[in-house]
Amino acid sequence: MKDIFYFLIFPGFLFTAIIGLLLAWVDRKVTARLQWRVGPPWYQPFADFIKLMGKEVIIPKAGSVFVFLMAPVIGLIAVTLVSVILLLVLIAPGEGFGGDIIVALYLSAIPALSVIIGGFASRNSLASLGASREMKLMLSYELPFIIAVFVPVIISGGIISFSALLDFQRQNGIFLNHISAVLAFVVSIMCAQAKLCLVPFDAPEAEAEIIAGGYIEYSGAALALFKLTRAMNLFVMPFFLTVIFMGANFFLFPIAVIAVILIRNTNPRVRIDQATRFFWGPMTVMAALAAGLALLGY
Amino acid sequence: MSIKVKALTKSLWAFHLATGSCNNCDIEILDLLTPRFDVERFGIVLVGSIRHADVLLVTGVVNKKIAPRLKKLYEQTSKPCLVVAVGACACGQGIFRGGYNTFVPVDNVIPVDVYVPGCPPKPEAMILGVVKAIEKVKSQK
Repeated sequence: MKDIFYFLIFPGFLFTAIIGLLLAWVDRKVTARLQWRVGPPWYQPFADFIKLMGKEVIIPKAGSVFVFLMAPVIGLIAVTLVSVILLLVLIAPGEGFGGDIIVALYLSAIPALSVIIGGFASRNSLASLGASREMKLMLSYELPFIIAVFVPVIISGGIISFSALLDFQRQNGIFLNHISAVLAFVVSIMCAQAKLCLVPFDAPEAEAEIIAGGYIEYSGAALALFKLTRAMNLFVMPFFLTVIFMGANFFLFPIAVIAVILIRNTNPRVRIDQATRFFWGPMTVMAALAAGLALLGY
Repeated sequence: MSIKVKALTKSLWAFHLATGSCNNCDIEILDLLTPRFDVERFGIVLVGSIRHADVLLVTGVVNKKIAPRLKKLYEQTSKPCLVVAVGACACGQGIFRGGYNTFVPVDNVIPVDVYVPGCPPKPEAMILGVVKAIEKVKSQK
């Protein structure tokens, strides 16, 4: 009973969905203000979600029905699990388990995978183009992201559970006091940008050239689930970084979110090959440098 | 009014469909998204995929090539979907009436909910058209 409450209501689905949709509004509002517009009212993402739930779901004739409808559900479940693992550490420190950082890393890759699955299942040429770009982007950012996330693990001497990392930061100060962790944080903010598919790295769903990438054939409730997954990810990814780099400090959490939104609004979209070069070149080198510095104790 | 209709009126996603227009109406439609008018205040955004659309903004005179495609595109939208005919050409073929390649007005191909006349209509007129569409949805349900 307690587990169902954890997964469905408080740290899990409902709470993350509400916070995520509110953050999606913050994103749209800040974007509008930066473009000298007024922007939507606070309930806009909720209205979008309810409207999409009430619309007709169209299944493409040539696509695979089961996979097409399963893809958004898989992504939603994965992001819910990540949020439960992350938030349980805060409200019930004893509930975590050893190695939950690794589990969260794997689960946080699944929303992107679900876009790939859905894109290929809809059998639309633009959707499969978007899915193939998403795949290339995933191959690019996962390597530097994992190296960067393991910098705090190296600093703390091999702790791989969130609650132990938080305890370590409570006793010794947050990891961002170390120069290696600052480098790793910059790398992981960039990778979070690509994981959230926001503007410098939004080639998989470029509106102007491939319409909406993997989402192109989705409508109604299936699209609503994808939008919800994205909104929840907008909360979960910065929060993940806050937990491992800043000791889950609630005053530092807005900094991570605002950094993501500002990067999104001040950069043009890069091509997919430029994104891959960026992540495999400077970002991986920087992450490796951070890991080396962390090994030396900085 | 049910919550579904309420949500629909608060979040209309528009798809911009040019059926052989001179691009004048299309430029005026894009004006709606600029800081001066900013229809995102009312939840209206332009979407790229026809599957996501709640409103079809049809501009231009429907020529012979595009008439079957217009019908097909309308069938591909997920219902409920409103259709707004923007500009004199879409409302009644305008100065191209009786031309060798013009076929029929938009409302002979797909059902049109709101007409916004003008060549091109002002952005204020288009906002009024969207308000009329919202009122129509509210009165139907």
